[in-house]
Amino acid sequence: MRDAPPTHVRPQLSSSDNGVTADVDVLVIGGGPAGCWAAIGAAESGASVVLVDKGYCGTTGAAASAGVGIWYIEPQEEAREQAIASREALGGWLVDRDWMHRVLDETYAQVGRLADWGYPFPIGEDGTQVRRGVQGPEYMRRLRRQVVRSRVRILDHSPALELLATPAGEVAGARGVRRQHGGEWRVGAAAVIVATGGCAFLSGGLGCDVLTGDGHLMAAELGAEFSGMEFSNAYAISPTFSSVTKTAFYRFATFYTEAGVLEGAGSQRGRSVIARALLEQPVYARLDRAPADIEDDLRRAQPNFFLPFDREGINPFTQRFPVTLRLEGTVRGTGGLRVGDEQCATTVPGLYAAGDAATRELICGGFTGGGSHNAAWAISSGTWAGRGAAVYARGQRGIAGASNVRPAGLAGLRPAGTPERSLTPATVTAAVQDEVFPYDRNYFRRADVLNGSIERLDDLWQRTRSGLLGVERGKSAADVLRAREAAAMVAHARWMYASAQERTETRGMHKRIDHPELDPGQQQRRFVGGLDEVWTALDPQAPRSALELAA
Amino acid sequence: MIELVSKSRCIRCDICIRVCPTNVFERGQDGVPVIVRQEDCQTCFMCEAWCPTDALFVAPQTEAVPADSPYRDEQELIRRDLLGSYRREIGWGKYREAGPPRDTRPAVMREPLEIGGGAALEGSR
Repeated sequence: MRDAPPTHVRPQLSSSDNGVTADVDVLVIGGGPAGCWAAIGAAESGASVVLVDKGYCGTTGAAASAGVGIWYIEPQEEAREQAIASREALGGWLVDRDWMHRVLDETYAQVGRLADWGYPFPIGEDGTQVRRGVQGPEYMRRLRRQVVRSRVRILDHSPALELLATPAGEVAGARGVRRQHGGEWRVGAAAVIVATGGCAFLSGGLGCDVLTGDGHLMAAELGAEFSGMEFSNAYAISPTFSSVTKTAFYRFATFYTEAGVLEGAGSQRGRSVIARALLEQPVYARLDRAPADIEDDLRRAQPNFFLPFDREGINPFTQRFPVTLRLEGTVRGTGGLRVGDEQCATTVPGLYAAGDAATRELICGGFTGGGSHNAAWAISSGTWAGRGAAVYARGQRGIAGASNVRPAGLAGLRPAGTPERSLTPATVTAAVQDEVFPYDRNYFRRADVLNGSIERLDDLWQRTRSGLLGVERGKSAADVLRAREAAAMVAHARWMYASAQERTETRGMHKRIDHPELDPGQQQRRFVGGLDEVWTALDPQAPRSALELAA
Repeated sequence: MIELVSKSRCIRCDICIRVCPTNVFERGQDGVPVIVRQEDCQTCFMCEAWCPTDALFVAPQTEAVPADSPYRDEQELIRRDLLGSYRREIGWGKYREAGPPRDTRPAVMREPLEIGGGAALEGSR
């Protein structure tokens, strides 16, 4: 199958000493998988497209440095039904069957195109390609190439700082800084796609330190809403000294304390046993339950897993090594921007969400989408957002007047009060981390502890909003970005805990030790939003899962 | 973290400066990249993967290693066959066999690759 020739034009950039400007149909913020698929989808729909990334499109994001499973199921009714049914209970009955079918269909089609573009999928025993996973570096290198082929203009090392808005509150583009070339960038666009990933709070997980929830903050400044933010406490196992948060192979591990085997601990069913033990003492792992002849296969499936061990001279199959749990927040959690229609439009006119920046509850429910569902979601939501944004932009042509567009950024950019000397991006970030990292706050949640965090985070937000130094003070590009990242993480933590406080039950990954059971009366998704005042509300629509259909 | 840029191997192509997602490098006066913001390194190994001459080394530690660490000693890294070892694993570079076609995903791994979090499974136990 050959792709249709592109019908669109490459956007024109205007360069000056102060940076670059452009006016396009669609701006994509974020150059990970979702952003790439979105840019390709928009360009193929005839839009002129600019993609900006704060790092480099091709290496940025959680997928690039990983081995990624894809939720890819052949279009056979039985296999599809099994894949969907297996997720419903795991996700706490918050999934949507229609969306799951759509994602499986779109992922199947788009991964097929990835194969057409030449991705070298392995050949299985039956002689056909095995398309259930990709290697991150190769996947992202090829996606970037396809983005360029689609005549999308990429601005690397160009973090977005804020959205632009019309007086009516529609999105009108974004602006940011050029951290390698100096100066600023400003792109007017009728539609903007937020593909900035989830938020992992700079916890040091593999490839995740670029994921600080920047897009969430920018979208919230235009009034966007979120869903499922209580499902934000995914923790990944990693060697204590290392960034490699690839958890899959720990299914072969036995976990130990100094005293001996840590009973009940495991990577799947027993991760909370590890968390509890880590509150008291070091925990060690050894992959001593791996079948004898499997090492070569494991090395091929996920080479980066072995990097830290090979370099440290540790044999993980025979030697114990210390492990920790790193917070992966909404990267492997499922909360994010609420999507209001099948094109992944947010509640803000012209603003779309794709990938981990969007809620993945529709296909994951309240349980992690890490490793396969998130990858399928990036492909399908990216494609839909791209097409939807292109159609929306076409409808806006000739309407938009760029003259009265305003920049919408506030916290960390334009202090509302007197700048506070002791408040820096580093101190704000550390204060947020103190609230979201500890297992006895975030992994295991309870009302009184959540209340304490919420009060301190509210106070931190007020101070950040009022006094964190921003762009007007002539800071360097890196400083301004850090301030925005810090503000974004404070906002993110407040949405997480506001939702967690309201969900007085245990469901999906959200674990309330004061409400340890699943409450059938709370089988509803929860929305959250707001900056100075955080609000939450129940989704008035019940999830369309099997349990609901059967009822 | 990124610990070593080999002056002898570097061909001054600037690729690492361009591809580092956290912008840790700047071009030095002699054209060889300098690690100017090591504290921003997220230990993702991407620069190593993209370096066409196996001139970079990222230590597995998420903190900087001491100045006398073997991870900063080019000859020691070569002796231990570590320089370029990640590119060899993923099959990037001349005369190397591409990684993905060899990734046959053993049967034991065919189930959802990553099941994290834990609460739901425990709740249903």
